[in-house]
Amino acid sequence: MGAQLRVYKRRIKSVTATKKITKAMEMIAASRVVKAQRKVRASTPYATELTRAVTAVGTGSNTKHPLTTEAETATRAAVLLLTSDRGLAGAFNSNAIKAAEQLTARLVAEGKEVDTYIVGRRGLAHYNFRERKVSESWAGFTDEPSYADAKNVAVPLIEAIEKETAEGGVDEIHIVYTEFVSMMTQTAVDSRLLPLSLEEVAEESSSKDEILPLYDFEPSAEDVLDALLPRYVESRIYNALLQSAASKHAATRRAMKSATDNAGDLITSLSRLANAARQAEITQEISEIVGGTAALADATAGSDR
Amino acid sequence: MAAELHVELVAADRSVWSGEATLVVARTTSGDIGVMPGHQPLLGVLESGPVTIRTSDGGTVVAAVHGGFISFADNKLSLLAEIAELSDEIDVQRAERAFERAKSDADASAERRADVRLRAVSAH
Repeated sequence: MGAQLRVYKRRIKSVTATKKITKAMEMIAASRVVKAQRKVRASTPYATELTRAVTAVGTGSNTKHPLTTEAETATRAAVLLLTSDRGLAGAFNSNAIKAAEQLTARLVAEGKEVDTYIVGRRGLAHYNFRERKVSESWAGFTDEPSYADAKNVAVPLIEAIEKETAEGGVDEIHIVYTEFVSMMTQTAVDSRLLPLSLEEVAEESSSKDEILPLYDFEPSAEDVLDALLPRYVESRIYNALLQSAASKHAATRRAMKSATDNAGDLITSLSRLANAARQAEITQEISEIVGGTAALADATAGSDR
Repeated sequence: MAAELHVELVAADRSVWSGEATLVVARTTSGDIGVMPGHQPLLGVLESGPVTIRTSDGGTVVAAVHGGFISFADNKLSLLAEIAELSDEIDVQRAERAFERAKSDADASAERRADVRLRAVSAH
């Protein structure tokens, strides 16, 4: 076998091995998307009921709460960025990071100081590499987040907003995550978690025509709101974590599918080249033999003379 | 037909139980409260404790609920809890072990959680 043919054969073998791996990763990601979507659906009843309750207290009483009232001049804001622990998901992480950076730039332009909180090793690595300050970070659960994880993330954020701004607290909390629109579309979005604008929440709880009844609060409206709002934040973070996980798996699936397709194309073109090289080798051998016989025939013909 | 109310018991990550009931008893921060059909709209904070649901077919469902909310309006009652387990989902041996462990570690909240589980099972 000629040297060139051997090189082609070796490359085909290595690309085939890569293709097998990407194919397997694609299938794993596909099954995980379904699982993650199921978890998003399972968490929906709790989120809807909680939103209803928050709307009920917010509109049904004149309670003022630090978590629903906007500071007149907000000077510090917290940004929570949700990324994944592992890459191989196309532009998933860079899109989320880019969205967070745009949001940060906007907040800074509004004259606010920004604290960054990060979930996921990828986002953390991005910030550490650029030596930017990260207030707190979490990792290790982005593939399958549980409610306890969401609680862990929510605790320092709620603490920060309850603290006075002068003592290192924040006035606003923003969250940046990747919304799962469909298997093919995932978009990085940012939204403000706190202070809560009750009008927005009311809009979210779909049935707009519904008139909320006058609730009897047990023990009191303030206490109920006090207990409700942290839960509401946790539930929003939980939902964002789940959507981000589903998006990550969908992005991985798509990236791995195109990797598999590309590997297939590469194998086709490499085998064509290998075939051409083999043919060229054969042609050369034939012409060498023909040339050799012709030379021999010439030589013998010459000796006859 | 006796009056009924619709009950949804949902935990943070799943819907635990839903159906029709004639009476629901739950523990709020200011004491036990019983809700029957036609109760006035209510929104309360729940303590960790067992919730008893008397279903319309005469059965009883008991669940251990750890914190959360009760809300009632339009004959629909929702119980929201971060963690909620039906009494027949509770692993008694495990809860007992957790109870003993929490006692020896003097972990008050874990002890209460295990205690609520055990009470929910025995109330069934």
